[in-house]
Amino acid sequence: MSAPTPRMLVKVQREDFDVGAELDALTRGRLGVGGMTSFLGLVRDIHGDARVGAMTLEHFPGMTERELGRISAEAHARWPLEATLVVHRFGRLEPGDRIVLCAAASAHRQAAFDACAFLIDFLKTRAPFWKLEATDAGERWVEARASDDDAAARWDAPR
Amino acid sequence: MKILWFAWFRTRVGKTEEQVTLPPEVSDVAGLLEFLRARSPGHAAALRDLSVVRVAVNQEYVPFHHPVRDGDEVALFPPVTGG
Repeated sequence: MSAPTPRMLVKVQREDFDVGAELDALTRGRLGVGGMTSFLGLVRDIHGDARVGAMTLEHFPGMTERELGRISAEAHARWPLEATLVVHRFGRLEPGDRIVLCAAASAHRQAAFDACAFLIDFLKTRAPFWKLEATDAGERWVEARASDDDAAARWDAPR
Repeated sequence: MKILWFAWFRTRVGKTEEQVTLPPEVSDVAGLLEFLRARSPGHAAALRDLSVVRVAVNQEYVPFHHPVRDGDEVALFPPVTGG
């Protein structure tokens, strides 16, 4: 019997998501999966020295989904994956809210760990989202961090 | 050509999108940025520091030497901050 086509799910949505339900759905019926790694990103209440009351995530509808699809396809090309998932929210979020969920499932754990880290590292530097924070010092656009570029660049180095 | 603005570029320029007619001498992204900068002080402010300008033509990232032509959709935005 031939192996089933790898599952590659990308969701960009305003609504919250249920982590357990998303992860269950990702691997349901995939009996070749031996392990899954996931990353959940949440809104923090502190950024630098400012208290964050809320943030608004803007994105580029259309390109966001395509870019997340390209990043997912790249992960599937690099590792033997059974399934990947990226869920990313947009709109207004408050501290403690879920922002993003990445997951990678494979026969063995190392591919799952590596691919999940790859997904979030690349998402942070390539997916067209921008955070506008409402802080006690007023509204401000979050600046990109060089450390995020470094995190993505490590996947370019010879492995 | 349709230009899309996002995040603080959008607030500087004061619009989410605009239609522009390319002058014949503009053939690539670098030339387009130069052309757009001259349109208003807001455009100039958004595009002052090219090291923070990211460009997508028809929803794909491209470098500044990438060709552009009428009919393209060009999105301009600062470095992304999702995740």
